Amino acid sequence: MEDMLFYDRMQFAFTITFHYLFPQLTMGLSLMIVYFKWRFLRTKIDKYNDAAKFWMKIFALNFAMGVVTGIPMEFQFGTNWAKFSELTGGIIGQTLAMEGMFSFFLESSFLGLFLFGEKLMGQKLHFLTGFLVFLGSWASGYLIIATHSWMQYPVGYEILENGKFVLNNFGALFSNPWLMPAFLHNQMGSVITSSFVVASIGAFYLLNNKHSEFGKLFVKTGVIFGLISSILVAFPTGDWAAKNVATHQPVTFAAMEGIFETEDGGAEIILIGQPDVGNKKLDNKIAVPNVLSFLTYQRWDAEIKGLNEFDESVYPTNIPGLYYSYHIMVGLGTIFIGLLLIASIQLFRKKLYATKWVLWALMFMLPFPYIANTAGWYTAELGRQPWLVYNLLRTADGISPTVSSGNTLFTLLGFIGLYALLGLLFIMLAVKIINKGPETSKHI
Amino acid sequence: MELFWYIVLMTMLTIYVILDGYDFGAGIIHLFFAKTEKDKKAITNAIGPFWDANEVWLIAVGGVLFFAFPTLYASSFSGFYLPLMMILWLLIFRAIGLELRGQIKNRMWEAIWDKAFGIASLLLALFFGIALGNIVRGVNLGMVTDGVSTHEPHFFFLPLWNSSFSPHAEHLGVIDWFTLILGLVGVVSLAIHGANWIIFKTNSDLNPKLKKVIFNLNFVLLALVIISLSTWHIIDPNPFRNFMEHPWLIIFPLMTFTGLLGLFKVKAFKRDGLGFLFSTLFLLGGLASTVASIFPKVLPSTNNVNPSLTLYNVAAHEYGLSVGVYWFVIAALLVGIYMFVQYRVFRGKLDDVGYGEH
Ligand code: HDD
Ligand code: HEM
Ligand code: HEM
Repeated sequence: MEDMLFYDRMQFAFTITFHYLFPQLTMGLSLMIVYFKWRFLRTKIDKYNDAAKFWMKIFALNFAMGVVTGIPMEFQFGTNWAKFSELTGGIIGQTLAMEGMFSFFLESSFLGLFLFGEKLMGQKLHFLTGFLVFLGSWASGYLIIATHSWMQYPVGYEILENGKFVLNNFGALFSNPWLMPAFLHNQMGSVITSSFVVASIGAFYLLNNKHSEFGKLFVKTGVIFGLISSILVAFPTGDWAAKNVATHQPVTFAAMEGIFETEDGGAEIILIGQPDVGNKKLDNKIAVPNVLSFLTYQRWDAEIKGLNEFDESVYPTNIPGLYYSYHIMVGLGTIFIGLLLIASIQLFRKKLYATKWVLWALMFMLPFPYIANTAGWYTAELGRQPWLVYNLLRTADGISPTVSSGNTLFTLLGFIGLYALLGLLFIMLAVKIINKGPETSKHI
Repeated sequence: MELFWYIVLMTMLTIYVILDGYDFGAGIIHLFFAKTEKDKKAITNAIGPFWDANEVWLIAVGGVLFFAFPTLYASSFSGFYLPLMMILWLLIFRAIGLELRGQIKNRMWEAIWDKAFGIASLLLALFFGIALGNIVRGVNLGMVTDGVSTHEPHFFFLPLWNSSFSPHAEHLGVIDWFTLILGLVGVVSLAIHGANWIIFKTNSDLNPKLKKVIFNLNFVLLALVIISLSTWHIIDPNPFRNFMEHPWLIIFPLMTFTGLLGLFKVKAFKRDGLGFLFSTLFLLGGLASTVASIFPKVLPSTNNVNPSLTLYNVAAHEYGLSVGVYWFVIAALLVGIYMFVQYRVFRGKLDDVGYGEH
């Protein structure tokens, strides 16, 4: 039974982590492609259309990966979490079914038109199909986060005698206070990813003296989109998400921040330190007094409950993991803002394309937004443990009763092998597209 | 309300089979009959702009099943754990076969992904047929051994096969001789369906040959259908009960046979779309007849300890089902519009769409 739970969780965590590497780029990049397309329509300068076409190649490849890894997600609720599905399907099934009906159809129908239909449709309609693909992908993010928010903060439900959760207020699923902050924050995270991807490939071209015209365009666009989204990811959206956790899951909040003791006169914010859960303390701590109280409640002396105030039975199951994911996310977010501010200043002074070290830094930043987004999801998911539905349904009670651990391990290994192959192929082909670079067309 | 969602779900499932069915069929044809690069291009062009959207019907079926019949979703997805995982992996291979082939111009690379696409399509058709067989045959709900349920009455688990391959064993497997026959029906009927689609959407040099292929495969299909009908009573002693009580249901088997027999005239068809119409009729009628014969059961029980799952004992609660109607109607209209636009832009022959050239 223990094994079973462990393999189920590993499989879910592995497959969803891998899946989310792709949609984050899909959602952000579709916005940026629409932007390039729009600039082209406004200015009629071919460069913009060529840029859009180049990014569409990466987009198509990335989208295909997102689709093939997304379908297993949809199935796994039933295959591995049958008890959970049976008990809550009447509720989270709503949002998941809506996702399929509203967003996946929209995306996939118009993606074909967007990729193959430029000649058939003309520029205006082509822009429109691109916009619809963008809309579909953001709608998908919205509905999946609505599902996720219900698991974090269940609303609009009633529990029957047989343990089933039934919906009694449809509207509540969408006015869930958890939803808007989580959605906007997550979307900004995905725009950060696409901004860094665009900027870093631009920097790569500039540093190599290849496709310099495009290199400049990519770096500029990436830096501007990136600066705006990294500021928005921290404030107001990240701050807002953190306040939600503090209000509705105070024990998770204490663990995330690494606060073991409630302090009189306001809580300090931890910058560095390693949690020692056994002895309930933080080693090698570097902290700034009172700042956490201020950030959370806008009062320097507000009280923040430490872990000591809670019973160990309600502790998140993996406190160090939770604490590190949260600090990795926030730490990277701070670094992003810093680097992009410098880059923007250089851009403003028209010196960016000659400032080599900033270009190098931008280029090497490529993996970090992916790490930050993944860390963000680990914060959310580890913070929810040991619950599947916060405070109402334990993770251990949600797994499929009849599937043996041998079978789950078998499929987990299968997914690991298959996804390793997919990852290699993706990288290989993306590198090939990037190496070839954008093509310049004279007329359309 | 349950009945409404049941009809919605079955309709969506049928649409899925008809749409993604031609993709699988095209894959099977690709595997066995496409020899030249030009043939292969014609086939992938014929499904290129559509297959991704077709696959969404499967996701949507999964979503609606989850939301409207959560108990059935939980029970069948965990019970058919292994075959579903295989289907997922095959879907991945099919998709990357199609998407990646054109990315590198190299004979070996292309050969690998051609095979991945073809073999995955073949196995998918087989698995979906077998799945239908399992739903007709039923499963050991509650995993009863020696007359005692070892699990909750609506849960079960099936290995891929048992040593006897018999649909009567106490501990069943997913694949036995009965489900395998339906699996073969799946392969052959979808191959025909896919060939019809290729004829409909391209001017390929393959088309005359495909008409012969369809003609020959049709004999095989007829034989398989007769075998499965004549063994049906071994699984279910009274398979035609619903048809006796509601004679109008006969329309479905009639559709099946019209589709099947009509295709014997394939060589004489003047219009390229006609064959596709007939194979659609066959699939539509076949699925509807099968569903009608087990109604209102959705998953029969093979033991007499636990009752079969019916659409009434697996459905979600009333309120959720009712509010669902509002958004569903809007979404379904939108989906109709998207499909209209999609098939309108890509109307006619698709020989030069250039699929796979990005
Ligand atoms: C580039 C990505 C990125 C960056 C730089 C940040 N975040 Fe984040 N964060 C995410 C990407 C992300 C995410 C992946 O999008 C998550 C996971 C769940 C969600 O809704 O968003 C998330 C979740 C998440 C949560 C958990 C919400 C929950 O439990 O559901 C909190 C409290 C924060 N974030 C707060 C912050 C703060 C204060 C940041 C300050 C800089 C920050 N994040 C930067
Ligand atoms: C990209 C986004 C996501 C990531 C990276 C992610 C990550 C994870 C991780 C790491 C776990 C394992 C937690 C543990 O074992 O302690 C997990 C579990 C789970 N998550 Fe998520 N998750 C994501 C999105 C979602 C969404 C949107 C949902 C709901 C719709 C969801 C539902 C679940 C479920 C059901 C489990 C299994 C039970 C558990 O172990 O918590 N996840 N996820
Ligand atoms: C457990 C949760 C999840 C499930 C069941 C799931 C399911 C799916 C499925 C079935 C697809 C393929 C759709 C198609 O065929 O077009 C897909 C793609 C996608 N998913 Fe997920 N997903 C999950 C987590 C997430 C999360 C957390 C996000 C974002 C916040 C997300 C955003 C997307 C987007 C934007 C796409 C389309 C673009 C792409 O494929 O890259 N998904 N997902």
